[in-house]
Amino acid sequence: MTTQEQEILSQLLQQYRDLPGALLPLLHAIQDAIGHVPDDAVPAIARTLNQSQAEVRGVISFYHDFRTTPPAAHSLRLCRAEACQSMGSEALAAQLRAQLGVDDHGHTADGQLELRPVYCLGACACAPALQLDGQLHARVTPEKLSALLASCSKEGQC
Amino acid sequence: MLTLYIPMDSVACAVGADAVAAEFAAEAARRKLDINIIRTSSRGLFWLEPLLEVDTPQGRAGYREVSPEQVASLLDADLAANGEHLLSVGLVEELPYLKSQQRLLFARAGITSPLSLEHYLAHGGYQGLQHAARLSHDEIVAEVLESGLRGRGGAAFPAGIKWRTVRQAQAEQKYVVCNADEGDSGSFADRMLMEGDPFLLIEGMTIAGLAVGASRGYIYVRSEYAPAIAVLRQAIDIARAHGYLGEDVAHGGHEFDIEVREGAGAYICGEETSLLESVEGCRGTVRAKPPLPALHGLFGQPTLVHNVLSLASVPLILSRGAAWYRNFGMGRSLGTMAFQLAGNVRRGGLVERAFGLTLRELVFDYGGGTASGKPVKAVQLGGPLGAWIPPSQFDTPLDYEALAAIGAMLGHGGAVLCDDSLHLGQMARFAMQFCAEESCGKCTPCRIGSTRGVEVIERLLAAPDAAERQRQRALLDDLCDTMQYGSLCALGGMTPFPVQSAMRHFPADFGLESQEKAR
Ligand SMILES: Cc1cc2nc3c(=O)[nH]c(=O)nc-3n(C[C@H](O)[C@H](O)[C@H](O)COP(=O)(O)O)c2cc1C
Ligand code: SF4
Ligand code: FES
Repeated sequence: MTTQEQEILSQLLQQYRDLPGALLPLLHAIQDAIGHVPDDAVPAIARTLNQSQAEVRGVISFYHDFRTTPPAAHSLRLCRAEACQSMGSEALAAQLRAQLGVDDHGHTADGQLELRPVYCLGACACAPALQLDGQLHARVTPEKLSALLASCSKEGQC
Repeated sequence: MLTLYIPMDSVACAVGADAVAAEFAAEAARRKLDINIIRTSSRGLFWLEPLLEVDTPQGRAGYREVSPEQVASLLDADLAANGEHLLSVGLVEELPYLKSQQRLLFARAGITSPLSLEHYLAHGGYQGLQHAARLSHDEIVAEVLESGLRGRGGAAFPAGIKWRTVRQAQAEQKYVVCNADEGDSGSFADRMLMEGDPFLLIEGMTIAGLAVGASRGYIYVRSEYAPAIAVLRQAIDIARAHGYLGEDVAHGGHEFDIEVREGAGAYICGEETSLLESVEGCRGTVRAKPPLPALHGLFGQPTLVHNVLSLASVPLILSRGAAWYRNFGMGRSLGTMAFQLAGNVRRGGLVERAFGLTLRELVFDYGGGTASGKPVKAVQLGGPLGAWIPPSQFDTPLDYEALAAIGAMLGHGGAVLCDDSLHLGQMARFAMQFCAEESCGKCTPCRIGSTRGVEVIERLLAAPDAAERQRQRALLDDLCDTMQYGSLCALGGMTPFPVQSAMRHFPADFGLESQEKAR
């Protein structure tokens, strides 16, 4: 961790230490601030919450959302659940494989974009749906997906 | 002045509602036109989103699937007088899709501004709490019991019995926990309600806290629903600032406050005991029952765990009375249910109706069949653990018992349509894969069985001849049996439902036609 990250961490530990069931909100807060949960933050988290390091690592690895490495610049979460499948989300996944060479849980060769499957975003009546950098898009077509990807690579921002 | 209503529901925004609102504001400024844009929640008529509504002397006139490019032409038309326009759908309240519904929980959907406490109060909000405050704790519990309300989270357990158990438990501290994990694909009613009418959930939880003697509530929302989390947190602050949460919520010195907790991407955390583990800050593994959460729940204390829609039903039951509520529904399925039409459907959206309409009415009268225009192949009812239902069974009424009789379940009320291009062999494989990915890992039938299930289905689908298919099918049946009867919770226990219903009704997709006929 950088000194700045360490400062953020100790501030958050201070803020959450007395909250009942603090671990999940704390991990979310760390990830929001730093981008991931650095492994060298684990000893301090464990000490502060009076848990073992194994317990803390167990929680981090159990949940799909928590990550221990920095994220790519852009994250694309394509819904692969039934309603989206019935409207062609598998074809969108195939398009991503063909266009960017990126597969589920993978990232593009330049490390700019990572792809994660997600099972339902609550947009099932306007399927297929995806989240790009946290922003929900629905009724996604192959053309719309291409346009979204183009906006990503051009401006470095989606 | 022209008054426009544009939804700010996250799905309406995902198809452009924000951009439309911004363009109206900009274009009106360019024309020096005085307009008033009110951001409402969604009517749940998602096939029309973004749906613009305009105040006219006759009522709110609607314009469908508006895009920013059409804003200028809409302003050219005489909107305030319900002028002619290509996108016009007429008066929204008169649309058959909406008019034929019985909206109790979603009565305010699309009408009010989600974070306006003023709107909420003007549309009947907090009357339930007001009434509850005049009753004793036991009288509130009796009212809920009498209403026949059953949990909307899937298991359909009578709410009143759970309330009575928590009420009678002796403890210093009790909790009300709202299960807002809504992990089922095809479901979005909880999301709509939290984003669109957050005070209704807050009021329901407050009444529950009052009845069972709990002073703290938690709403556990899945992380995929960031906008819902933001709306809830703001609504809670507003309610607290106006004395609807805090030290004295019902003028009897009763304390109640609510905190929102964010999930972290685990389907199993929708199961109530796993959810409690997660709120406590642990891995979301399932606890064995008993002890029931009602007696030994969050932090070991008596806890009332309910789905969003169950809690949101409570204010109406209190304000209108149990007897009134029982007038909706059939048999032992009372009240209304929020059915959700999704997937390959022409008119996808939310349909709130009393229990008892048929799947056929839902799929064809409301849904209008598939979006692709191809024949409907099947509907998966009740999420990823629900059975696939073929059109031959579409006359089944949507009621818990009638569905159980055909080996299906209502679950959370999500109905996912598919046309004949969807391969149900692949969907059966997907069900097993989903279970493998989302298993909490506590018991072997689910953890190992689901991985084996994927392998066996793959072998079945690739089998070179009938004899081999037969062998794999027998193996799969056996495995499903083990999962169904040997799993600790319904994730492992119900994954066989989509798998076996797909095989039973669509044997051709497994290369099994001839064997099935021979049986
Ligand atoms: C695997 C699994 C997932 C579940 N997911 C949810 C869910 O997302 N939302 C929900 O309200 N209930 C869910 N349930 C049901 C809950 O365990 C529990 O029955 C419900 O929260 C009780 O509330 P109710 O009485 O209001 O239905 C799930 C159950 C299982 C076994
Ligand atoms: S059935 Fe699966 S999810 Fe449920 S307790 Fe067993 S391993 Fe966990
Ligand atoms: S199934 Fe994809 S958004 Fe619900």
